[in-house]
Amino acid sequence: MAELTMVGLALDSLDGTGPVETDVARPHAVPVSRAAAGMRSAGTVRFERIAKTYRSAGGEVRALDDVSLDIPSGAIFGIIGRSGAGKSTLLRTVNRLEEPSSGRVLVDGEPIQALGTEGLVALRRRIGMIFQHFNLLSAKTVWQNVALPLTVAGVETREIARRVDEALRLVGLEGKAGTYPSRLSGGQKQRVGIARALVSAPEILLCDEATSALDPETTVSILGLLRDINRRLGLTIVLITHEMSVIREICTDVVVLESGRVAEVGPVWRVFGAPEHPATRALLAPLTRDVPDDLAARLKPYPGPGPRAVLRITYSGGTPPDLSALVAATGGPVHLLQAGVEHIQGHAVGRMLIAAGGTEAEARLRAIGQDVEGIGYVAADD
Amino acid sequence: MSPQMIDRLWQAAFDTVFMVGVSAGIAVLAGIPLALFLVTSGPGGIFPAPRANRLIGLVVNGFRAVPFIVLLVALIPFTRLVVGTTIGVWAAIVPLAVSATPFFARIAEVSLREVDPGLIEAAQSIGCRRRHILLHVLLPEALPGIVGGLTITVVSMIGASAVAGAVGAGGLGDVAIRYGYQRFDTTVMSVVIAILIVLVCLVQFTGDSVVRRLRAR
Repeated sequence: MAELTMVGLALDSLDGTGPVETDVARPHAVPVSRAAAGMRSAGTVRFERIAKTYRSAGGEVRALDDVSLDIPSGAIFGIIGRSGAGKSTLLRTVNRLEEPSSGRVLVDGEPIQALGTEGLVALRRRIGMIFQHFNLLSAKTVWQNVALPLTVAGVETREIARRVDEALRLVGLEGKAGTYPSRLSGGQKQRVGIARALVSAPEILLCDEATSALDPETTVSILGLLRDINRRLGLTIVLITHEMSVIREICTDVVVLESGRVAEVGPVWRVFGAPEHPATRALLAPLTRDVPDDLAARLKPYPGPGPRAVLRITYSGGTPPDLSALVAATGGPVHLLQAGVEHIQGHAVGRMLIAAGGTEAEARLRAIGQDVEGIGYVAADD
Repeated sequence: MSPQMIDRLWQAAFDTVFMVGVSAGIAVLAGIPLALFLVTSGPGGIFPAPRANRLIGLVVNGFRAVPFIVLLVALIPFTRLVVGTTIGVWAAIVPLAVSATPFFARIAEVSLREVDPGLIEAAQSIGCRRRHILLHVLLPEALPGIVGGLTITVVSMIGASAVAGAVGAGGLGDVAIRYGYQRFDTTVMSVVIAILIVLVCLVQFTGDSVVRRLRAR
């Protein structure tokens, strides 16, 4: 279980363990001092041994099982997993749309399970949420939808007008204030959803499959908007998705859930570069190009006789591959069969398939520090 | 037709509209809270009270099971208590309202149930209290269906009001029975039927156009 310790000092002194890892770039706040600090440093979420059991006709279903996680302030934290992995349930425990069967959720260090109605309403006003199907009120205009969180909070009319206009400007929908949601496109509806979530200036934004109902182009623009919001407003974003591409696009950290348990957690570049759990690999499969089919058909088991081995070199962080060093190391013809290198959070991540001479080439490449694996032989006449 | 008969028909049409109008108003005022209760007090609702929910559901079904003519007679003591008389227009309004309320409540309940639970979740997530959810989510989102249901209720109340003659409340049905049927006056019968058709069409048309306007948003 990965424990990214990002909790405030008060908590650490309580259990006496002290911080395992200190991140000076991210100020950690304790809720009581939030107002006093006068800066936007809140927005941490901590899950402590969360379990959730549903009772259904077929017996008990364990949706979440012993999930412990820390979400640092200002992160874009992705929760990924197959459908039914428990991601939606986990996300909903943060604003108590779901109650865990056991375990604690702490927002800004404060346990939220004990909150009464007043406390819960106040908590929810600090946490925005957007949904896969947008969940806009069809009987209200765009403006009225965005204004609703402030209207029900009893905010003064002039202040509502100012903040709604500001939120609509932020999402680029100034001209649509008087329109009803049914007249908007999917992307525009999600922008209204985002404006509605942001109008009460939350410190955390929960995204429930926010781009799953959108086409790829709109997805990119909505993700761009979320990234922009995260940078400009400094708010923590927790998003769930079943698409690895979404995680790659904007997340800083990711947790992979598999049947209600944490399979893998860490910075996105590391989980992408060196996935450890089979569930992670399965989720990454659509993004990973493997041996082309026609080549795979001609591959012979490795190691074997013949001059040309097909080698796979994996990059999981650090600098991009130096091709001349590669060529020099193999000491012969190098055929590039396939390659893809991506930059995730400043780390080069990817892999390369080359055909080069035999096991010696493999050994020499390993000697210069390449993560290399022989996957087969191609016969000499090919 | 004699001028007296024309006067009588005018009066009857007015009585029918008045009886149905007042009872429909009462049915809306009582039926919508009843429907909200039935929807929100069920298991998993925002005001869970399963036992009260079952009890009220049973009472509603009970009233729905009794034919209007029987209800009219059975309610006589209650009617006297409420309006002080058991004959006349007001004596018909009480049973009409009592019969229309559960009918309308059940129809409104269906529309309220069809409101997407995701909207309630979204409202909760932005810090809406339960009364805000009733006011800003359930009622406005279900409104087209509720108006459609009211149209059906009013049309069936116009039919039921024909029986009101049994307590001397007059109305179009009463004229049709006493003059058209018992005195074999085919003209009166035809005119009454024509007025009823026009009345029902008018209600239906108005209701439909309101629903259309609400749905066009």
